[in-house]
Amino acid sequence: MHIIESGNVAAASGVQLSGAQVIAAYPITPQTPLTEKLSELVDAGELNAQYIPVESEHSAMSVCIAASSAGTRAFTATSANGLLYMNEQLHWAAGARLPIVMCVVNRGIGAPWTVWNDHQDAMSQRDTGWIQLFCCDHQQIIDTVIQAFRLAETVRIPVMVCYDGYILSHTYMPFDIPESAAAGRFLPEFAPDWALDPACPANLNTVTLPDIRPNVRGETAPGYMEIRQNLHDDMRRAIDVVADTDAEFAQVFGRGGNPFIEPYRCEDAEYVAVAMGSLSYQLRDVIDVLRQEGLAIGVAGLRLYRPFPNRAVAEALSGKKGVIVFEKAVSYGYEGPLYADIKAALYDCAQRPAVHNYILGLGGREIKTDDLFDSLRTSCGADAPEAREPAFVGLKI
Amino acid sequence: MATNKTTILNLPEEELVHPGNRACAGCGLSIVYRTGLKALGRETILVVPPSCLTVLQGLYPIAATQLPCLNVTFASTAAAATGVLGALRARGKTDVQVAAWAGDGGTSDIGIQALSGACERGEDFIFICYDNEAYMNTGVQRSGTTPQHVLTTTTPITGKHQQKKDMPAIMAAHGIDYVATASAAYPLDLYDKIIKAKTISGPKYIHVHTPCPAGWGFSARYTVKIGQLAVETGLFDLYEQENGNFRLTGASQKLLGKKRKPVDEYFATQTRFKGLDTEKTRAIQEEVDQKWAAHEKAAAGIC
Ligand SMILES: Cc1ncc(C[n+]2csc(CCOP(=O)(O)OP(=O)(O)O)c2C)c(N)n1
Ligand code: SF4
Ligand SMILES: [Mg+2]
Repeated sequence: MHIIESGNVAAASGVQLSGAQVIAAYPITPQTPLTEKLSELVDAGELNAQYIPVESEHSAMSVCIAASSAGTRAFTATSANGLLYMNEQLHWAAGARLPIVMCVVNRGIGAPWTVWNDHQDAMSQRDTGWIQLFCCDHQQIIDTVIQAFRLAETVRIPVMVCYDGYILSHTYMPFDIPESAAAGRFLPEFAPDWALDPACPANLNTVTLPDIRPNVRGETAPGYMEIRQNLHDDMRRAIDVVADTDAEFAQVFGRGGNPFIEPYRCEDAEYVAVAMGSLSYQLRDVIDVLRQEGLAIGVAGLRLYRPFPNRAVAEALSGKKGVIVFEKAVSYGYEGPLYADIKAALYDCAQRPAVHNYILGLGGREIKTDDLFDSLRTSCGADAPEAREPAFVGLKI
Repeated sequence: MATNKTTILNLPEEELVHPGNRACAGCGLSIVYRTGLKALGRETILVVPPSCLTVLQGLYPIAATQLPCLNVTFASTAAAATGVLGALRARGKTDVQVAAWAGDGGTSDIGIQALSGACERGEDFIFICYDNEAYMNTGVQRSGTTPQHVLTTTTPITGKHQQKKDMPAIMAAHGIDYVATASAAYPLDLYDKIIKAKTISGPKYIHVHTPCPAGWGFSARYTVKIGQLAVETGLFDLYEQENGNFRLTGASQKLLGKKRKPVDEYFATQTRFKGLDTEKTRAIQEEVDQKWAAHEKAAAGIC
């Protein structure tokens, strides 16, 4: 069924179709309408879930951690400072291998206060052990939420579904709501192989020593470090599972096909702009005009940020003359975090492209089409500078 | 009521806490936990934040208890209990109790926000705070419930300047149906209170005074004696507040109309009170006398 609704409602519809059993959330702009919609769906009996109006985001993630440990499908959503307030719990959820799904409606971080969009919130949580997927439009939001549960439950790693605050969360666009029977086929009921249960008692997340240690039956149990390596290895393996999940989704619903990178006019491109989220779609119009001017340029929207699909990135970008990374986040004191990752992924390529970095849109600063043109023309010209420092775009002072 | 009281003869024999756990010798928490789990029974899911109890429960892959237990972050205990309850409701399981166990720090300091939220939401769980009156797991630092003048590693010279936070009163102010205090020195009283808590729906809070030889500075063999002295001097009162009605119970109830032991008898048993002088002790005695005068009045029905 096609409807015209907001990105937050698209996310709520995805959660509804996914049959989340326990939902805990705390309001924060621009996530709030999603939380409201979910409580409305539960209150109206249209979503058979336990909705728990917690007193903080730390508690929202605690509820999800416990509900997931007790064998149910758990969901939450947040933005910006709410995400940061969860930080300890994000590590805990991933360390405990809980398939929680969370929407992160991307917003800048205080101080000073901002409620507007950038990606600093999600990027700052990069190393918490969560899978991070970015969406470009409303259809991707609903589709990615449904995929996220299946992905999380397959690899037992929590998944963040990130989408741009206001730009996607509060704008209205047409999108298709999949049939619930088809969604049910794609995402069967959660059937965990372990859960908190008096019939089968286990002590979860106990203190774990640096070294390995035998259990009461004399079998060797892993130490802390083996448990960590296991998470890392499974994260790397999750790259393939992201692709499989996307392929199977495409089979059922006819949408998808670009699990890692969504390319636009990249095949014959000499230059490729790279961005995450709605910005990659915004760039398409700019690329169309530059193409008319005769510049062989495309844009690649990166969908999966962690685990980082470095091979797919290298494949897509090696041999290009130039790669221009636009991002809404900074690793203070260094450069854009995505820029650093892209450069590292290209290190082994025979033909390494020049890579430029533009930081823009922080705290909702308007991203002007003209600024995108200027940046791309600067980076793609014959006399393109050897830029190694990120350039801030859109500054007015 | 007296006929319903559990005695050592009809206390369940089955042990749910294994012997040889990692608590210190003479640890009051060992008594509290052992008794508490007997009262809770096997159809229980435990939630535990970092504390001495985490250590008591053992190091992976060995556990000192036979109940399912979720170890959670320090501030999240009551929210995690909420999540377990939500999952149980979602799975249609109505016969499993959720019991959160936290130290005084995990309850009255870092965990108070989540606990307050869970009580306001009316979550159907039992929250047991074992109060050893400091952060013992990290090496005896002051907590909100450390009594005034006590020496800890963060109040090392002049003692703690502030009063002990009255956590049960804060819980009662949430309007929950059952708030009780108990002591490691009176395990059967604790047992009966947990049994009663199991019959009440909504949030239940039990605050257990828990002597700690390592942190309080006394010999491991005096744990029970010191716990009893705290009650007999009137410093720590055993009571229940059911549907808002306060009543002293057990050993505290028996003190009504009797002469209590002087507080310095209790202070003299522990090195943590070394900073007390006669003036400070007299001031505390006066406070205790005033509190008990109010108890006497209330018991006589005078308001
Ligand atoms: C967020 C966080 N801050 C600090 C700690 C360190 N920490 C672990 S246990 C503990 C003290 C626990 O005190 P209490 O709750 O009274 O339990 P006890 O150890 O006395 O039994 C502290 C400070 C932690 N684990 N997590
Ligand atoms: S420090 Fe105190 S509370 Fe902790 S295990 Fe030792 S005796 Fe028990
Ligand atoms: Mg303590």
